[in-house]
Amino acid sequence: MMKILCVCGLGQGTSLILRMNVETVLREMGIDAEVENTDVSSAAAESPDYIITSNELSQSLEGHSSKIVIVNNYFDTEEIKTALEANMN
Amino acid sequence: MKFLDKSLVALDVNANSPEEAIRETGKLLYESELVEDSYVEAMVNSFNENGPYFVLAPNIAMPHARPEDGVKEACVSFIRLKEPVRFGHDSNDPVQLVFGLGASSSDEHLSVLQKLMGLLGDPANIDKLLEVNNHDEINHIIGGN
Repeated sequence: MMKILCVCGLGQGTSLILRMNVETVLREMGIDAEVENTDVSSAAAESPDYIITSNELSQSLEGHSSKIVIVNNYFDTEEIKTALEANMN
Repeated sequence: MKFLDKSLVALDVNANSPEEAIRETGKLLYESELVEDSYVEAMVNSFNENGPYFVLAPNIAMPHARPEDGVKEACVSFIRLKEPVRFGHDSNDPVQLVFGLGASSSDEHLSVLQKLMGLLGDPANIDKLLEVNNHDEINHIIGGN
């Protein structure tokens, strides 16, 4: 199954909000995926299919083997959907 | 769980920097005995170490730290800044609405975040939060009491 990791600085609050909204969007898109959330240093050791994070934190994940998807507004499900669609095609 | 209770809300707060804004939200949680003072320091340290990634959306920041930094109960405070403050976020600056999250390791953590998402997921609510005059009006928006 497709694996997606939502990443923030601490892996506590921000990435959990992102994860819940990503799960909502994936359901709407009819995509079945395993979505988890974690902090940026743990993410470096993992290899999901996609990492979703903010523009800022993406810079510390440069060179990561996973495809990095950037989201700026974590509450905007339309933005999340557009970002996922652009990266999954 | 404490979510935007009256003692956790302050409107038109003066803050000249992200650190001051973070401390103001943390202070509300600390004074209500929901977090230890170490948690407020950890909120500031997280900003200094990890940057403003917790500026989740235009105008909105959600500073927080880890449960083990000293959270007694899952909680969210809210301050509206008198003047917007730049947190250094590329796309979501400046920030006027700051939600202090007391991140707990309990199931209530998920519940408070869902409440916050329910509130902030609707752009109309964000416009209202910029206009409210008192806590009763905030209660009206969140539909609680």
